[in-house]
Amino acid sequence: MEVLEEGRGELIQPPDVEGFRRWLRENKSMALKDKLMSEHEAVERFVHDGDYIGFELYGTVRCPMSISREIVRQGKKRLRLAGQGLNELDLLIAAGLVEKLDLTYIGYEVYGLSDILRRAAEGGKVKIVEWSNAAMAWRFKAAALGVPFIPVRSMLGTDTFRYSAAKAARCPFTGLKLTLLPALILDVGIIHVHRADRYGNCQIDGISGFAIEMARASKRLIISAEEIIPTEEIRRYPERTVIPYFLVDAVVHAPFGSHPGDMAYMYDRDAEHLKEFLEAAKTEEGTRAYLKKYVYDIKDHQEYLQLIGEERLAELGRKVKGR
Amino acid sequence: MAERAYSSTELMICVAARLMEDGTGAFIGTGIPMLAAALAKRLYAPNLVPIFEFGGIGASLEDLPLGVGDIRTFHKALMAAGICDVMETATRGLIEYGFLGGAQIDPYGNLNSTVIGDHDRPKVRLPGSGGANDVGSLCWRTIAIMKHDKRRFVEKVDFLTTPGYLDGPGARERAGLPAGTGPYRVVSDLALLGYDDKTKRMKLLAVNPGVTVEQVVENTGFELIIPKKVGQNEPPTREELAALREEIDPHRLYI
Repeated sequence: MEVLEEGRGELIQPPDVEGFRRWLRENKSMALKDKLMSEHEAVERFVHDGDYIGFELYGTVRCPMSISREIVRQGKKRLRLAGQGLNELDLLIAAGLVEKLDLTYIGYEVYGLSDILRRAAEGGKVKIVEWSNAAMAWRFKAAALGVPFIPVRSMLGTDTFRYSAAKAARCPFTGLKLTLLPALILDVGIIHVHRADRYGNCQIDGISGFAIEMARASKRLIISAEEIIPTEEIRRYPERTVIPYFLVDAVVHAPFGSHPGDMAYMYDRDAEHLKEFLEAAKTEEGTRAYLKKYVYDIKDHQEYLQLIGEERLAELGRKVKGR
Repeated sequence: MAERAYSSTELMICVAARLMEDGTGAFIGTGIPMLAAALAKRLYAPNLVPIFEFGGIGASLEDLPLGVGDIRTFHKALMAAGICDVMETATRGLIEYGFLGGAQIDPYGNLNSTVIGDHDRPKVRLPGSGGANDVGSLCWRTIAIMKHDKRRFVEKVDFLTTPGYLDGPGARERAGLPAGTGPYRVVSDLALLGYDDKTKRMKLLAVNPGVTVEQVVENTGFELIIPKKVGQNEPPTREELAALREEIDPHRLYI
């Protein structure tokens, strides 16, 4: 295959598919093991300094916020991130824990730009490699396929390509010019789901975003779930299992785990809290105060929920759109 | 400009909504495209299939989504898929339209939503491509919706996030992008614009009520093709405004 062009961005995480196979064989098991644990234990055991981490989903939707806050609390350093999320990434960047980002988008959509990302990027504090949304999802797909790259038709002819770590090559069958995306194998994938059993079998309601691909592209996988359900429930609807237990290393029970984000059919986003966060994010001082109040001074997710308040949470539950 | 009973944002939404074609699939980005799609579904294109990049296909849009993964992007939808499925559907050529925004646009319809200034030490860091690059690469026809001024309509974008016609005729195909795709319309708060078939450069199609051709030219940072006959966009109708204000965005998040 003739390589025609190369992006100048750093390949932050090389697509070592042979290493991935060996790693999975040595570290994953088809045995049904109870993996239920706290945020603290999951992050302590499965997230390390220097790791490459991916979060799912996007915007303020189905974000694993309780895990993200725990990573900040434990101060895991020199992280490299797949930047396709939002609030969870912002917290880690704000805490100064992020070194490099494969970035597609950080903004608060209707609420505007992310000042935390802006300060980090404009001050040159975080190294950023550009990608499109689909490109990142396809990079996970390539890892899920167990191959080092995947040919696609996005990103061609643009600076998004030139500042990525993709390559363009001539198709050996048709002669078409294609983008080759390197597989993205995560050290840690973190996904928030509606329901899981103690072994890690997961169900998601509504859009699946890129959870299916990311789960299969992760060396270690932490699941947080709104609800822990009996395995009999999983067995009654096996077609609903989108992430199987043998990919999962930790299952954390995290009701309102996406707060201040939303969870389809369960609770709406907390617009007031998001506004408070964005206001705080305008200055470094405000950001530090926010982190102190909602992360550092809080012991765990249960205490965080108490701080937000039962009444507020119940209201978010009432506000969510039904089916 | 004379006192008028509607805002320029409302007019942009209406002009964009009137472009939406019944029975087609259209990628809808955050913000004005969502309002335009909701308006189109109510008044002009009930069988428009709004497609959101994280998996929502055919949502009712009874309630305005606030982001592309929002629950309202798949409320009463025909399918709640994932991003790969949706983007692969676009790669196969099944999605006709894509509605996009951006911070800058150039004469060839290339869009910037990544940085102002140098990439590695930017003056302003913007959110990034998101799905815009994919939508601009893979849809048959893309429609950009932008505020119209010289800082936004520029000769050369600081960063080419999303492909328009790149540097002219044939450039998309040479770059490897799917044949026959590209920018189709630009809806601004001053005018409706299209592209010249031969040169692939932006041309004026119609001005908004109360706006002169000179004003459009003055607010454009590159040479715009001005045809002999320039149309006139209709102001928002009473029906459009009522739907927008009372049903689509009653909390005035955008309008």
